[in-house]
Formats: sequence, C-alpha cells, structure tokens
Amino acid sequence: MAFGAFSSGAAPGVATVQEGPRRKSRVALFLLLPGIAYLALFFLVPLISLLLTSFMAPREFGDIGQFDYAFRWENYVKVVETYLPHILRSFGYAAIATVLALIIGYPLAYFIGVNLRRFPLVQALALVLVIAPFFISFLLRTLAWKQIFADEGPVVGALNALSLMGPGDHITGTPAAVVFGLTYMFIPFMTLPIYTSLERLDLRYVEAGGDLYASPWTTFRTVTLPLSMPGVVSGTLLTFIPASGDYINASRDFLGSTETAMIGNVVETNFLILQNYPAAAALSIILMATILILVGAYVRKSGTEDLV
Amino acid sequence: MAARNLPEDPLIRRLVIEARRAQLSRRALLTGVGGGAAALSLTACAGGTGTELKPAEDKSASDKTVNWVNWPLYLDEDESGNHPTLQQFEDETGIKVNYSVDVDDNNIYYGKVKDQLALGQDIKADTVVLTEWMVSRWIRLGYTQELNHDNIPNMKNLNPALADPDYDPGRKRTMPWQGGFAGICWNKEKVPNGLRSVSDLWNPELKGRVGVLSEMRDTMGLLMLEQGVDISGDWGAEEFGKALDVLREQVSSGQIRNVKGNSYSEDLANEDTLAAICWSGDITILNAEAGEEKWEFAIPDAGCTLWNDLFLVPIGSPRKTNAEKLINFYYEPEIAAEVAAWVNYISPVVGAREAAVAIDPALAENQLIFPSDETLAKAHTFRTLDSGEEQEFGAEFQSILLGA
Repeated sequence: MAFGAFSSGAAPGVATVQEGPRRKSRVALFLLLPGIAYLALFFLVPLISLLLTSFMAPREFGDIGQFDYAFRWENYVKVVETYLPHILRSFGYAAIATVLALIIGYPLAYFIGVNLRRFPLVQALALVLVIAPFFISFLLRTLAWKQIFADEGPVVGALNALSLMGPGDHITGTPAAVVFGLTYMFIPFMTLPIYTSLERLDLRYVEAGGDLYASPWTTFRTVTLPLSMPGVVSGTLLTFIPASGDYINASRDFLGSTETAMIGNVVETNFLILQNYPAAAALSIILMATILILVGAYVRKSGTEDLV
Repeated sequence: MAARNLPEDPLIRRLVIEARRAQLSRRALLTGVGGGAAALSLTACAGGTGTELKPAEDKSASDKTVNWVNWPLYLDEDESGNHPTLQQFEDETGIKVNYSVDVDDNNIYYGKVKDQLALGQDIKADTVVLTEWMVSRWIRLGYTQELNHDNIPNMKNLNPALADPDYDPGRKRTMPWQGGFAGICWNKEKVPNGLRSVSDLWNPELKGRVGVLSEMRDTMGLLMLEQGVDISGDWGAEEFGKALDVLREQVSSGQIRNVKGNSYSEDLANEDTLAAICWSGDITILNAEAGEEKWEFAIPDAGCTLWNDLFLVPIGSPRKTNAEKLINFYYEPEIAAEVAAWVNYISPVVGAREAAVAIDPALAENQLIFPSDETLAKAHTFRTLDSGEEQEFGAEFQSILLGA
C-alpha cells in the first residue's frame, strides 16, 4: 500500500519537473528505510531460515535434534504423506468456522452499523461489547469454555436432560468443540470489518431498490451485499488465515483431543517434543503456501484486488 | 575442520565454523540458493558442533550468588510466598539464591536453552532440576559439569538405590531432587469398586472417561509392566510396539478420552475423566483442594514407574561450587523432610523420614512420600533410551497423540 500510494503521487510530477521528484523519491526511500529494514530483519530473514531448515538432513550419527544444511526435498513428501489428514482437517475446520462466523457476524454488523445509526451512543456501546472479550486473555476464555462443556458441566447436563445427548456422549475433545472455539474466537474479527463497510452504506440505494420493485431479498443480494463485500472479504481473510494455523483450540490441553489435531499442533509436536525441525519447517511452509494460493484464488474470484 | 584463525569468543568461533560448513554444503548442493541468509540463520537450528565443550571457569569464590531454576510448586513456601529453607541456606552460607520456576516442561525448557548450551554459554542457571530422561540427553551431549563430591559431604545421605544409575554411573554429574510414582487413580464416588491394574482402565463402563499421561515413559512404562516387561531391563522395539498397540487401540476405540500432561488433573477435577494414569503427588493436592478424599491413588498390581528429577550444573555456569553447596544443603535430612512435607513427593535423602516424624507422624507413614522397601520393590525405572530409540519411540508415541 505504502509503495502504491507514493508512486501514484509522484508520477504526475515526472513530466513537469526534473529535479524535484528525484529528491522526493530519495526522501521517500529514506523514510521507508526503517520499514524495509524491519521487514527484512523480522520477516525475510526468519522466512529464509525456515526455508533452509525445511530442507535439512539428519546429521550422520547425530543426536536428537541435530541436522545439517542440505537439499532434502523428501522432507516435504514425507510430511505430506504422514500428515495429509491434519492438513485437510485444518482447512476444513477453518472453512467451517469462517462460514459460521460470517453467518453470526454479518447480521450483528448490520444491526450495529445500520439499525443503530440513529443512536450513536448505543452504537458505540455495542461496538465496545463486540471487542469486550479481548479484555480477557483468550487462553483463559478457552479454558472457561472447557469447564462449561465438561461432562458434569451445565451444557452437557441440560442436553442430557433433554435427551439430545446420550449418557456416553461428550462435547470436549470433539471436532464440534474445536470448531466452536475457532468460531467464537474470530467473531469479532469478522464483525468489525463488515461493520465498517455497512456503516458507510447509503440507505437511499436500498430505498431505490424497493422503489424499483425489488423484494427485500433481491435488494440485499444486489445492493447491500455487493456494497459490503470489501468488509466480507477482509473479515473472512482475518478469520480463515489465523484459524487454519491455530493450535490452541485444537490442542489436547484445551478443547481438542487425539482426534482433532490441526497442522499447528503437528508443528508444535515436531518442533518442541520430537526436535524434528525440518519436518516442522516443511509443514509451516506448506501451510503458508496453501493459504497464499487459497487466498489468492479467493480474492481474485471476489473481484476486490484493490482491497488487498 | 582445523581450528586455524578462529576467534577466541565461542559464539563468533561457532559462527565461523558453521559459516564454513554452510559454504561447503551450499557449493555442493544448493548452488546459489539463500546466500548470506544462511550465515544469519546458523544458530537457529543446528545442534552441537562436535567439538568438545569446556566447563566455564568457576568464580564462586568471588561471586556469592547462585541461580536455581526449578519447576513451580516444587519447594516449600510460606503464606507470604517466601521459601523458608532457601532463607536458611542464605543465612548459613551467605550465598544469595536467585530462585526461579522457569521449567514447566522438560522439552520446552530444553528448547529455550539448547542453542546456548551447544555453544557452552551461561544459560543464567547454575543448577537446573530436570527429569532423568532429559538429563541423560544433556549428559550425552556434554551439557553438564562434573560435580566435586568434596563439596557435597551430605552425599552420604543419598538413598543407595539411587546411587548408581545407568545414565550417570557413580552420580558424577547429577543428584536427585525429588521423585515420584506414576500409577492409577480413580474417582471414589463414581468408581466405588476401585481399580487394581492398568487393564481395569479398559472396563467398558469407563468408556470415554479414562485419561492417560502424555509423558511417554510413564504411560508406556505402565502398559509394558502390565504386559510383564521389566522396563528397567533389556527390552526393545518389539516390547514397546506391543504396548503401543494397546494404547492405539484404546485411543481409537474412544476408551481413552484424552492424553495430557500436567492439565490431566483439571479433567479429573471436572469429571471429564473418572480414572486415569497419574502422578502420585498430584492426587494428594487434588484431594486437599477438594477438601475430601475424593480420589484414590494406587500402584497397579504389575508395578508402577518411578521417576526422579535431578539437580545438574549446566556446562556454562561459572558458579558451580555455590551450586554444589546448595545441593549439599538440601541433603540435610531435616531440610529434606521440610521440603517433602510441602511438595508431597519422594525424597532421595536417607534420614528424611525420621526427621519428618518430628513435623507430622502421619506424614512419615505416607507410602507415597516415604515409601517402605516393600512399596519401592513395586516401583520400576524406565531404562535409558539411546538417541536412536529416543527419536524412534518418541515419534511413534506422538503419532498416536496426534491421531495419525
């Protein structure tokens, strides 16, 4: 964004004056230097290190966690073979959580951004409430959910009483609990961008839709939704990307079990417990590349390249 | 790689060595990929250099401090959060102790310090308490200093059964801090008949309500004992595989609800699990928190595992003598009894039991804190794994935990 903003600003100047823009561009470069240095140091270097690590080979007669730089591309084949179910599961859970967060977040954002427009104070209060969960550590909140969903807890007790759950059924440690946790965690990330889009929605367009005999649903589909698309796209990205890499909800210590391990949990196990750094690095690269491809395709399809 | 033109500083020296090595392998394999970044990323993941590490010079005589890194809730504490025995040590010796509870997990702590250890640097810890299997890795990799037994005269109080382990013959580099059993426990209200063996955990009535530990040596140790394997003796991949099959079957059938580390006690407390493989000291604490004897711990008929956490002095510590004085202090029977009364684990100090009678006679009778010879005969130590086994068995065990 910063590059784009600057170059478009400088371009008209080139035709008229020769000296000015060059000095300007030098100043801009100078101003950008800290940012570039920051990115190079804290993004590029770790990324290259990660890439190199992912190709490392075990040292001959080496001890646990000892590897040498090499070009062992088989690392990638091996982790995909071993952990394909976890990779698919991660994106599956993340996709479901994103859709659920959208279904919950959109009406909420619409209510706050459109219906509450006439009451600015209530609107502000509602926004604070959306952000309120962030005031408590999300680890604590996840632990609280674990207690609420425990076998002898209120939810399971109620569902048992209603015969919706058998006596042997449970909630914690199931995929449903993990998807719930992910959805819960990302609802604010979905709601806020959609809210910013809807808040600017000109209601006269909606009125015009009605005047032209469009049903409320058609008006929503052809007017409101397209106008709020930038918010929907950034909301889904802000949910899907971190959700697919999340390893807290699916962790056995929180809402997950041995059936729910996501790619983040696999990376954690390989890195911290097995000291298999190449496998952990290769999985991270695969996760990153897959997200990049999925997100690229999604943004292209939703036709909002200018947004991202 | 000859040590020609290498700088004095170990960090720089290591960087130069690694840079040369990276250049060689790059030339051979990766022509032109990732140039200078290789040098920057060197310390990140490589293990030891193969060069022998030298212990740091001991400055204990001039530097009267010692940094002790331990696990949480593993030292006596009064209401205001002070550690009475530590204060006594400071008063007696004039050595200031910086006590920190930075170890919450053997692997995570190792992950934090391993790169500095590989360079022989000071990890700001003059003595660390870690579990045997992790300590055996440190010894194997040369990350520990040899103790001077002249500074630890109280070593005579060390339980003879612990004096000569396979990973450290003659206790040259380690001293036990506390130990404990891994056995089985159950909720007495929900499982009134109790359990006698690990196989009782597979009772269909407990389906989905059983927890086991993510600590491989405890869970696998109990499963192997149940199959009649002497876990301290000479067993191999076949015996391990058989026990692993049981675990895999019970996990995939849903009999075992979850596999957890320290947080398993939360599952017992909120009754997600009604029976579990667990650590002896935790059950005492759980019952104390509940205010009633709600859970019972038992050693299975086939025997239980016995683990020990050990003091060691990291290779880069410049205050080894101070650390040795600290270790010596905790081998006074009276001090050991005070600690045992608070932490509820097994003391390795002979005479601590007699000293505990003065504090609380009931305590001295507790078999989980001061086990009799008869109890100890049922406890077995998981044999030390070599580096290949550690990786192979670890990967197999973890694959079940990840559901792969």
